[in-house]
Amino acid sequence: MDTLAPDQTRADAHENEAELTRQHAREQWSLLSLVIPALLTIAFVVLLPVSWLFYLSFTGDDGGFSLENYQRMVEYKSYYRIFITTFQVSILTTLICIALGYPLSFFLAQLPPRWAGFFMLAVLLPFWTSLLVRTYAWLVLLQRQGLLNELAMHIGFWSEPVKLVHKMTGTLIGMAHIMLPFLVLPLYSAMSKIDKDMMHAASNLGANPVRAFWSVYFPLSLPGMVAGSLIVFILCLGFYVTPAVLGGGRVIMVSNQITAILENQFDWGAASALGVVLLVATILILYLAARFFKFDAALFGRN
Amino acid sequence: MSWFHRPATDTQITHGNRLWLYVVAAVIMLLLVIPTFIVIPMSFSDSQYLEFPPSVWSMRWYEEYLGSTKWMRATTTSFKVGFLTMLLATPLGTMAAYSLFVSRHRANRAIFLLLITPMIVPVILIAIGTFYVYGRVGLNNTITGLVLAHSALAIPLVIIVVTAGLRSYDLSQEEVARSLGASRVKAFFLITLPQIRFSVITAALLSFLTSFDEVIVAIFVSGGANATLTKHMFAALRDYIDPTIAAISTIMVILSSALLLLTQFLGSKGAKKR
Repeated sequence: MDTLAPDQTRADAHENEAELTRQHAREQWSLLSLVIPALLTIAFVVLLPVSWLFYLSFTGDDGGFSLENYQRMVEYKSYYRIFITTFQVSILTTLICIALGYPLSFFLAQLPPRWAGFFMLAVLLPFWTSLLVRTYAWLVLLQRQGLLNELAMHIGFWSEPVKLVHKMTGTLIGMAHIMLPFLVLPLYSAMSKIDKDMMHAASNLGANPVRAFWSVYFPLSLPGMVAGSLIVFILCLGFYVTPAVLGGGRVIMVSNQITAILENQFDWGAASALGVVLLVATILILYLAARFFKFDAALFGRN
Repeated sequence: MSWFHRPATDTQITHGNRLWLYVVAAVIMLLLVIPTFIVIPMSFSDSQYLEFPPSVWSMRWYEEYLGSTKWMRATTTSFKVGFLTMLLATPLGTMAAYSLFVSRHRANRAIFLLLITPMIVPVILIAIGTFYVYGRVGLNNTITGLVLAHSALAIPLVIIVVTAGLRSYDLSQEEVARSLGASRVKAFFLITLPQIRFSVITAALLSFLTSFDEVIVAIFVSGGANATLTKHMFAALRDYIDPTIAAISTIMVILSSALLLLTQFLGSKGAKKR
């Protein structure tokens, strides 16, 4: 039988292989092109405008490069106060959310799935409801003649109506209510993945339930809690609506100041500089957290 | 043995030991749910001042809402923008999610990070930035501008929801279809899409709601005849308390609850099928 020369076969095989690689590459590129429309939309709405603001923040009154917008931030006391308020509100909201969210997530994670799904609606219903509507509800609940004041006076916590809204208290209550689902959802998901046998093993080895919780369950739930707290904290930093409505001008966070600058002075440089600082702080916190905890899996749901 | 003394888990804890947890969880859940639904009874009050419980019941704020050109026009805008956002963000996000899920490209991680920037960048920056850029290209106060901005905010959500759907689906089914001669496009539409349809529908509802409830971008970018419901509501909340908002809020709460229950229903249907 006439066989092909060995050289010939090898050359064919090479060509085949090269063609396959080319096809594979073509396929990968055509698949990749599917992201282009989404990418263009985001580039036009987010990347381009934010870069523009970045540029504006480094532009002085004369149109040249200048650091005056940032310099003002260091020099003026009012800016300092705004950053302090922003961090204070964000930290306190996160702490309130942990205090309320941890027991709630623990409760949900202990339930059989069917019941957990039902009680989860208590977290999901507010989560899906407009933030504006919930802020409005708190505005009504917390006012002087509101339900909360009347209830507290009825029970006897205080005898005179207390001012709760248009100050820090009301802002924190409203923000904690809005942010709580953002903590519970990742925390619950982390808790429900904890192997039940771990707790059995702990109690088999003689740990009482309290000890078993603190030395086994709690450390295992920590990544979910950190991820949830981080989401809450980052979202709080950029909050606008709730402090504007429930703070009544007394709780001024970075976002509120940015709008105030644009409304009153129309100073794009100053507003952009504040925005850039907010963005850099956000990215820095995310970056550091990712470094320390390696949980972008928990954050972005990627494995 | 009564429920109270029965073990709650396989450790030594009984339901009785755990009663405090049930009470705490119940209180927190009530705190979450009550403020969400309190606007419903409030909206039927006859009083100028927001009171709860209302002393006299009436439909007057609904009449006010339905009779106002301003509110009606804003409602139409919000629904239109929400619907168009859904139509734009869902296919774009689904395409991106599919591409990132199927391809094994080196750039995938960087692309994914770019695609979720709308979730990382504070919304106020997106709002003032688009306001500035739209001012140059004449997109402020237009439906197009608002739909584009809201779509950018919705695309990351669509990607996350659809990716979760793709992850629970066996991709080799699509490969079988392709090895039998179907093109990739045909295999996607005939085999993959029907199997991830619950995720895609959830993503679509979520993008509608993202747009419908969005406040900050709408405050800056929408206006004039194309101002959204949320823009008017925010202005009304800041300046004076108009009980008409309670009526509008009720409609919004019912709408979002209905959409949520719909996704839960679809989700359980999707899970049963598997």
